[in-house]
Amino acid sequence: MKKLFEFKTKTIVATGIGAALFMLLFMYIKVPTGIPETDIQTAYGIGAFFAALFGPIAGFLIAFIGHAISDAVQYGSPWWSWVVASGISCCIVGLVYPRLKVDEGIFGGKDILKFNLYQILANAISWIVVAPVLDIVVYGEPANLVFTQGAVAALSNAVSMGVIGTILLFLYSKTRSGKGTLSKE
Amino acid sequence: MKAKLFDYIEKDNFVFNLSGMTKLLCFLILTFTVMYSYDARVILVILVFSFWVLHLSEIRFSQIKIMLYYVLVFIAINFVLTFLFSPQYGVELYGSKHELFSLTARYTVTQEQLLYQLTKVLKYLSVIPLGMMFLLTTNPSEFAASLSSIGVSYKAAFAVSLTLRYFPDMIRDYNDIALAQQARGLDLSKKERLGTRLKNIMNIFVPLIFSSLDRVEVISNAMDLRGFGKHKKRTWYAFKPLVKNDVLALILCGLIVLGALCVAFFIDHGRYYNPFAT
Repeated sequence: MKKLFEFKTKTIVATGIGAALFMLLFMYIKVPTGIPETDIQTAYGIGAFFAALFGPIAGFLIAFIGHAISDAVQYGSPWWSWVVASGISCCIVGLVYPRLKVDEGIFGGKDILKFNLYQILANAISWIVVAPVLDIVVYGEPANLVFTQGAVAALSNAVSMGVIGTILLFLYSKTRSGKGTLSKE
Repeated sequence: MKAKLFDYIEKDNFVFNLSGMTKLLCFLILTFTVMYSYDARVILVILVFSFWVLHLSEIRFSQIKIMLYYVLVFIAINFVLTFLFSPQYGVELYGSKHELFSLTARYTVTQEQLLYQLTKVLKYLSVIPLGMMFLLTTNPSEFAASLSSIGVSYKAAFAVSLTLRYFPDMIRDYNDIALAQQARGLDLSKKERLGTRLKNIMNIFVPLIFSSLDRVEVISNAMDLRGFGKHKKRTWYAFKPLVKNDVLALILCGLIVLGALCVAFFIDHGRYYNPFAT
């Protein structure tokens, strides 16, 4: 039975490696949508993938560490409200972890639906509620600006998680052999 | 794509010799003070202080040139967007309206808006040197030690140090895979349509992620074999104990924060400095 908040050595290592991947993609691999300053961040797809495989704590830390360090390296100082929102979005995706059996090679239509439901919920909560509210409370930003930015971010991150996350989980499940799949010839 | 994130070049001066824990604490409390305060005078003091510390740390301009460029672009975009979306936010905040000149009925430039936006620019500018200073003057192997010494669980701190350790490897793997795929005719440039480009990016991601998952397996086995996570606490090889200068730096930062809070509570009666109130 998978425990939701387990933090084994493997989870720690997955967090570290996942955060390094997250940083790499976050800083360098964005898909421009045509609207300035709103690239599709491929990093969230990877964040969601790791969260679904290793749980909410790993998800939270991957996005939090990855986002905070890449902000610090690029801008000198992290933009805390968005860093926290990033963490929360991948944390919520991670809640789906006990309900999936990707490790055993099972990722069918129902699982895809489950993963995407969590993912859309996660993006809605973190980018339309958490990020703008923190921006207003902590940074004193004007409300309509941050809610617009939040809505755009929610949409583009949901696309990233939905497309990249789902494809990766599906491909990964194909490489795993499930229980009792050996047959006698 | 650089394999090295930032250069850590060891020097022998006041800032470099501080413990990582001190620098992290000072960075965090000053950042949060700047986040809280909307008083241009307080922020100006912190701005001067942070540039003074940057000067003390003898970081060369070439080390921070790119960051500075990113920050200036970000500040400019934020400045324009704020005015576009909420041209009268300052009026709302300060509760008065002193018009300077008007572009259209909606886009009237007021003193209040100008003060609000300039304060914001100062806010952004003043935290940048602090972050750069922490990053560039702290030995990367000391990051984890300083994180765990301010109360972060050592397992999370270890994840951070793994991230920093494996980031260059990830870049190298990514480059290798990208070059191999491009040699097979995969186009990642803007010439390709968006959908195809996404598909091509996936062709790089898949091997990258699968090799990373293998790596997770190898590293976690190695750590388990060495008994990682057996005890509640651990010590750090790179931890620098606190000395007199650390206490001095902490007291100085503490005084600045205390001063900022006093100004907020007794002079401004809130986060905002309002010169327009009569």
